[in-house]
Amino acid sequence: MRFVEEFRDAELGRVLAGEILAAVDPDRHYKLMEVCGGHTHAIYKYGIDELLPENVELVHGPGCPVCVIPMGRVDDGIAVARNEEVIFTCFGDMMRVPGSEQSLIEAKAEGADIRMVYSPLDALRLAKANPDREVVFFAIGFETTAPSTALTLKRARAEGVENFSCICNHVTIVPPLRALLDSPDLRLDGFIGPGHVSTVVGARPFEFIPADYGKPVVISGFEPLDVLQSVLMILRQLGEGRSEVENQYTRVVPYEGNLRALQVMAEVFELRPHFEWRGLGFISQSALKLSEAYADLDAERRFQTPGVRVADPKACQCGEVLKGVIKPWECKVFGTACTPEHAIGTCMVSPEGACAAYYNYGRFAREREVA
Amino acid sequence: MSDAAAIGDREQRILEIIETTRSKRPRFKDERVTMSHGAGGKATQTLIEGLLAPAFANDALDALGDAGAVEVDGVELALTTDSFVVRPLRFPGGSIGDLAVNGTVNDLAVAGARPLALSLSLILEEGLGAEQLRAEVEAIAAAARAAGVEIVAGDTKVVERGHADGMYVCTTGIGRRDPRARLSPAGLVPGDRILVSGPVGAHGTAIMLARGEFELDADIESDTRPLWPAADALLEAGGEGLRCMRDATRGGVATVLNELARASQVAISVAEAAVPVEPAVAGAAEMLGIDPMYVANEGTLVAFVAPERAEAGLAALRAVPGCEEAAEIGEVKTEPPGMVLVETAFGGRRVMDLLAGDPLPRIC
Repeated sequence: MRFVEEFRDAELGRVLAGEILAAVDPDRHYKLMEVCGGHTHAIYKYGIDELLPENVELVHGPGCPVCVIPMGRVDDGIAVARNEEVIFTCFGDMMRVPGSEQSLIEAKAEGADIRMVYSPLDALRLAKANPDREVVFFAIGFETTAPSTALTLKRARAEGVENFSCICNHVTIVPPLRALLDSPDLRLDGFIGPGHVSTVVGARPFEFIPADYGKPVVISGFEPLDVLQSVLMILRQLGEGRSEVENQYTRVVPYEGNLRALQVMAEVFELRPHFEWRGLGFISQSALKLSEAYADLDAERRFQTPGVRVADPKACQCGEVLKGVIKPWECKVFGTACTPEHAIGTCMVSPEGACAAYYNYGRFAREREVA
Repeated sequence: MSDAAAIGDREQRILEIIETTRSKRPRFKDERVTMSHGAGGKATQTLIEGLLAPAFANDALDALGDAGAVEVDGVELALTTDSFVVRPLRFPGGSIGDLAVNGTVNDLAVAGARPLALSLSLILEEGLGAEQLRAEVEAIAAAARAAGVEIVAGDTKVVERGHADGMYVCTTGIGRRDPRARLSPAGLVPGDRILVSGPVGAHGTAIMLARGEFELDADIESDTRPLWPAADALLEAGGEGLRCMRDATRGGVATVLNELARASQVAISVAEAAVPVEPAVAGAAEMLGIDPMYVANEGTLVAFVAPERAEAGLAALRAVPGCEEAAEIGEVKTEPPGMVLVETAFGGRRVMDLLAGDPLPRIC
């Protein structure tokens, strides 16, 4: 695949790894957070952490859209899905996320008509093909996926599709980052910035991190060379005493972001006063709901939902994992009570979740040689 | 002890606890069957090893091979059965009829048994077009001829509209175990080489695209084909050095490797760069966020061969029509037992575990 394989060149990777080694201060320990779950996935998939010096530690951040959905929202989704007239649609990753009683895949086995879609437009197509049913789309994701939900809602409106509605769980990236940076038990040296989100919001929203907190941010692509180069750029900033927002992913991310996408989002969504994040608690102005103009397509208004806040299971330490305070394996239930097949916490469900990534890919002691 | 060493120690202990849990026989505790139980990953394993195998416990079944061994008056036979529920019924490179024959003869072939005869059971949905039925019957007849087996018994049932997706097909196959075969899933020895008979991931990708759920067009055909010629060539070239063969169907090559690493209590190391994947399959899988190593094949086997026979085995495989792209993809190791590790093409390492449920596309 041209334009992809070039960013996976092992030879160049070794060169970059050498430059990183030269850029670190051997007496210093570096903790860098990759904000986005896509980076976590890439780091494990390619074994990138193995190419870094021992004193450069990568901490997995809160940017996995599935992992931050609280149980109460899953329960709301299941309650809607149980309505007989409803075809409930969601992305595949959501299917196994545990609610307080069951997951969507279990509700499906009990008879709810729940279907996996790959895009909100697939859900709209289902609505048009089944005019006698109500099709509900369970929307999740950061600013990366919010524009496609917004466009789908606009199209539903334009085409007069009345049996389509949406449960909006879209979240925004900046408030949780600020909450993390304000958290007293956190010690981070820099951020690998979320490349996909930045294609929409641009680089500007991250300026507060160097300005208010004095930490470098490098917006990064998702291929292994991108990640290595971003680590090098952060280390160079730290070595030179700089902290600024740099853009490693210039081939995709414009500084100003995607103005048209932002405009569509502004038209269709508005900020919720607050939203609960799995493990992180309530964060104000951190999520989106449908604007008044689109309120009639809001499934939360169309259907009864319990809307009950469900506390995270006591044993689950997703919050600390999402904040980078503990490593996945340090959680009390990791790998024993909480596994990918029977997850307690959301971090174990999505392949982008820090716990699932560690369980699936990283789960062997590095020093133990393969013999 | 330094802090870093203490942390390393704790991590190690936790990893050991996980390994102990993993090595225990899984129990079937779910309240209902979900689609995950059919996906070939851990949920399927729980269903088979936690419910079915204990209920029918016997030596032939407990081996958890692709076919069970039966001895009749000194004649060694192998018996296997499979059902086919694929949607759509026809897809690029084949149809449910081809699969129904090839899937079953391949389970015999990789068990080291020459396929002899099949039974055929058809479950037809009210309203199925006669044209479609005729096409599948012809596909079954043609595939059976190509595989050198006869359909010697059969059954038909019709169910109400809405109770089967057009048609379901079940086949049972009987084969004669080859005297050259010394195969066992527990027989892997450190140093053994791992061969695949062709590019991986084509069948599952072709089906996903044929369902039309993605707006993605690619020239990808199912690899459905009978594998007895490949198995025969390996038996001849590998002799007693051929430890085991597996048909990499549901769950793909990754699942086969995990099952055998566990059965033999060895480690398996795979060189990602050595695994043949057609460029169109690699591209589609990349876009869908899935790993071709977990995608189903319907005419690709994985073989474990002693190092001194690996070269001859690979050469013999490549001489079989349809297996020209066979490759050596890795090696059996001792540590850490029961695990599959991948040397990534980028130079890092990772674990390649069984999937928990569906190989679900990632969303962003």
